[in-house]
Amino acid sequence: MNKRIILSLGSVLLSLFTASANAEYALNLRAPATEIASQIYDLHMLIVWVCLGIFVVVFSLMFYSIYKHRKSVGHAAAQFHENHILEIIWTIIPVIILVSMAYPATKTIFAMKDTTAADMSVKITGHQWKWEYDYMDSGVRFISTLATTQDQIQNKDDKSEHYLLEVDNPMVVPVGKKVRLVITAKDVIHAWWVPEFGVKQDAIPGFIKEAWIRVEKPGVYRGQCAELCGKDHGFMPIVVEAMEEDKYKAWIASQQEAAKAANAGADKEWTKDDLVAAGKGVYEKNCAVCHQASGAGMPPAFPALTGSPVATGPIEGHLAIIMNGKNMMPAWKALLNDTDIAAVIAYERNALGNSAGDIIQPSAVKAAR
Amino acid sequence: MSQDTKNYYLPGASLWPLIASIALFLMASGFSMYLNKIAPGKYVLIAGFVVLAYLLYSWFGEVIKESVSKFYNKQVDKSFRWGMGWFIFSEVMFFFGFFGALFYTRNVSVPWIADAQLLWPNFVATWPTAGPAATEAFTPMGAWGLPAINTLILLASGATLTWAHWGLMKDKRQQLTIGLILTIALGVTFLFLQAHEYAEAGFTIKTGIYGATFYMLTGFHGLHVTMGAIMLTIILFRVLKGHFDSHNHFGFEAVAWYWHFVDVVWLFLFIFVYWL
Amino acid sequence: MSTTTAAHHDDHHGHPTGIMRWIGSTNHKDIGTMYLWFSFVMFLFAGAMAMGIRAELFQPGLQFVEPEQFNRLTTLHGLIMIFGAIMPAFVGFANWQVPLMIGAPDMAFPRLNNMSFWLLIPAAILLVTSIFVPGGAVAGGWTMYPPLSVHAGMSMDMSILALHILGVSSIVGSINIITTIFNMRAPGMTLMKMPLFVWTWLITAYLLIAAMPVLAGALTMLITDRHFGTSFFNAAGGGDPVLFQHVFWFFGHPEVYIMILPAFGIISTIIPTFARKPLFGYASMVYATAAIAALSFIVWAHHMFTTGMPVAGQLFFMYSTMLISIPTGVKVFNWVATMWKGSMTFETPMLFSVAVVFLFTIGGFSGLVLAILPVDIQLQDTYYVVAHFHYVLFSGAAMAIMGGVYYWLPKWTGHMYDETLGKWHFWLTTIAFNVTFFPMHFTGLAGMPRRIPDYSLQFAEFNMISSLGAFALGLSQLLFLYVVIKCIRGGAKANANPWEGAHGLEWTVPSPAPFHTFETPPAFK
Repeated sequence: MNKRIILSLGSVLLSLFTASANAEYALNLRAPATEIASQIYDLHMLIVWVCLGIFVVVFSLMFYSIYKHRKSVGHAAAQFHENHILEIIWTIIPVIILVSMAYPATKTIFAMKDTTAADMSVKITGHQWKWEYDYMDSGVRFISTLATTQDQIQNKDDKSEHYLLEVDNPMVVPVGKKVRLVITAKDVIHAWWVPEFGVKQDAIPGFIKEAWIRVEKPGVYRGQCAELCGKDHGFMPIVVEAMEEDKYKAWIASQQEAAKAANAGADKEWTKDDLVAAGKGVYEKNCAVCHQASGAGMPPAFPALTGSPVATGPIEGHLAIIMNGKNMMPAWKALLNDTDIAAVIAYERNALGNSAGDIIQPSAVKAAR
Repeated sequence: MSQDTKNYYLPGASLWPLIASIALFLMASGFSMYLNKIAPGKYVLIAGFVVLAYLLYSWFGEVIKESVSKFYNKQVDKSFRWGMGWFIFSEVMFFFGFFGALFYTRNVSVPWIADAQLLWPNFVATWPTAGPAATEAFTPMGAWGLPAINTLILLASGATLTWAHWGLMKDKRQQLTIGLILTIALGVTFLFLQAHEYAEAGFTIKTGIYGATFYMLTGFHGLHVTMGAIMLTIILFRVLKGHFDSHNHFGFEAVAWYWHFVDVVWLFLFIFVYWL
Repeated sequence: MSTTTAAHHDDHHGHPTGIMRWIGSTNHKDIGTMYLWFSFVMFLFAGAMAMGIRAELFQPGLQFVEPEQFNRLTTLHGLIMIFGAIMPAFVGFANWQVPLMIGAPDMAFPRLNNMSFWLLIPAAILLVTSIFVPGGAVAGGWTMYPPLSVHAGMSMDMSILALHILGVSSIVGSINIITTIFNMRAPGMTLMKMPLFVWTWLITAYLLIAAMPVLAGALTMLITDRHFGTSFFNAAGGGDPVLFQHVFWFFGHPEVYIMILPAFGIISTIIPTFARKPLFGYASMVYATAAIAALSFIVWAHHMFTTGMPVAGQLFFMYSTMLISIPTGVKVFNWVATMWKGSMTFETPMLFSVAVVFLFTIGGFSGLVLAILPVDIQLQDTYYVVAHFHYVLFSGAAMAIMGGVYYWLPKWTGHMYDETLGKWHFWLTTIAFNVTFFPMHFTGLAGMPRRIPDYSLQFAEFNMISSLGAFALGLSQLLFLYVVIKCIRGGAKANANPWEGAHGLEWTVPSPAPFHTFETPPAFK
């Protein structure tokens, strides 16, 4: 009877520790999708078992002592207070245990650092509060922003399955290829982390740090920023879609097409109403996070746009501040295309309680670069 | 050290600690306001300095009175020695942090910035440097002009101070007095030359990492030389008043230790900031 | 002000009354009392911040605070717990106990001692008022990494200056402790005969005077980058944000040992008392403590494993960090060996001490897991780290403080505390603590980052459990407050030595300890 209880308890415990456990009460690291993540997973299990073993031995002795060596059961205190042999033994044995852990760990460290012989490179830039991916060899470059709506976050709407772990434009990589990641940041320190890949690398402004992945199987992998970077640190997830190489090539081609089309849009002549309507989307995705959806801002850090001298004054100044940024405000010329910048200027000047009346065309933005 | 039969001196209630807290509070809040352009900041900061100066004068004055009144036995003297020694150690650690910053930026940060060709395409790792965004060249501080002279000045001041100490130990008050005056004069000369150098320098604290590390290290050193010179002056006044005898003069020794520490820091500065 | 007549020195010490007794104190017992009360108030205040954090994290979605406000809560919680609660509490113990334990009449520098306490007040005022300045309190984490901290508002300057003041307080206090221990021991008390608590504070004091000035350096560079145009942490000028991390953690790692070594000293005092048996391996305990302190200076970059350092650095810091587990393990074994074949009773101080040994070791193991760099890559900046440091800091340091309070309350107040209520406080605390923090190991492993006000749905269940545990944990500390106040006001009379197995000079003086003790040094063999 006791044996059966112990056996079933043990198997439950064991199953809880495997990667296939119930996601809500997950007890362990996520299922690895790369060789490195796999090594890390195994290393962690090794350490857990070793620590558990030591823990059980030491604290069995302690609880036994608490039970047996009590005054209330009449146990008289011994007075020994030294035993050199014992002390030497329990110093040396831990050293041996540590060395046995350090050896596989060292091997994995060397493997993690080796970014040579990559099949392709992607430059990843952390911004407040989104990621920028630049496939330098293919000319594909885009921003990846949280797609979960504010309504969900503010509990006005039901939360989606991938609440806070979904983006508009995921990073895409081919399966089975070594992808070198070239990581930096624009403003403050962020960190790019995808648990299934076993990669976490701080994104440090002004510096380049390298990492690499070789994703074993197709799928969608979700991670988060892992270094406090300001108010929306918890709202800039990472989504990586790994797909077969031919599908990846098709994706690259479609991205290149879309970029060309967006640039073409910059040459046409827009009406004010069209620009303002387009600008609303750009504003809510990029500007509202600091300046608020209403334009009220959060002074003094984030000025109000409603009635602001910039949004109601000369349009050249408005363009300049958006293009070049100021203090904590990023230089949007690097992040938004001409059409989007023209649209958001139109929106800020003709909505949000402002009625400046004027607009500029995307071609004027292009000329100002 | 054998213990005297007299008990260890334990002072009665004192308001100096509270006043020290008030002084530092005024200085900190004044400085915060000043940095953030809040109007009364400057005055609150100055008020804090005034209270601090009053506090130091009064508290040390009381300690000096207690010492001169022979309240302190050998054990208390030992406490002062321990205290001053470990205080100087904490000051060493303060400079250690800045030297660490210099070492790291020179040997790690700047080379790694240069490696990031993608971000800084035209930057080459050299030292001195004002970083990849620097728009114009600057003339760094050479070691072998004024800085070398200042090294000799401080080394000489260490010698004059030791000579003064020997005078004190042999009851030669004139040697003591002259030695002290020379030391102070050399120290003040050092400060004037440093100020002149700062004024003539071809770069400011904003000149990238070179300017930042240069002025931080030499600036704090200058601050410590200033404090040392003030302390030496106070010791001089005490000497003129007849304080200290050949066996009992820890106040002098404490300040002398401090002065030698300031001298040693300068040697490190000269080697790692000016020369190499 | 003290009178300074030339004739007699002995009367100056006196026994001031009224407000002068406290603001002008030169008495190590009164100053110790002030430190302990200050830390208790700060503990409750920072605990309230934690209640706010756990209320927001009770469910997914934002319910109570907006994200920046959440960041302020986490930042203030960390800063105040570390600098306002844990450190001053241990200094309070040092003040009360070290002179008594070594047979000294007071600390070596009684006025400086009082200054160290009173400096805490402007620091606390600066931190608390920073909540009300434009931009609100600091929100960049207690670690204040640039560039985020360079762009922060006025509260960052106030916090930096508050930390500078706290640094002065700690450095001066540590010089005082070192001098007292080396210079004022009763004749016959050689270093290797000192109580272990005194040893742990001696070593902690060295850590403080070596590490706090380096923090001052980091803070100064941060202030100049903020306001004076320096480029210490700005790559455009040739600097590096990671430089701050190096300088900060060079302080930061010794800091965590500063927060645990006195706890080890308290446990090493309580267990022998209630086991009625001498501490096992006194000499090894001393050497182990010294080894931990020395090693603490060469492990700092294990907080920076994801910054992208070269392999040589990664290996060095991994190996050195793993090494620290050796002397720490030795201490745990020695405590168990002290209990072994003793004659134990389990009054509240002993309950806390046993729990500390057990729970701190869990924290130690999660620390070892984090030391293994490849695993750390997955766990850095996740709730696993939060679990680790709460196991070592709450069930290590804070619970040792609680045990020490129960242990020495009879000596401080002359009354026995209410044993039944004490045990209630112990069990409520221990259970609530584990309910709060054990699940965090799992959320961390599952991938939940730190310092986020909202989380994806798979973390919801464990977060709710943690929050419920946290509310219970917070409430239980109000019981602690009640027990302490009740004991001060009355209770069964305590003898000079109320604990059958206690040894040491502090148990030879009456309870409550008289205002002046050991004015003549005692005989000690």
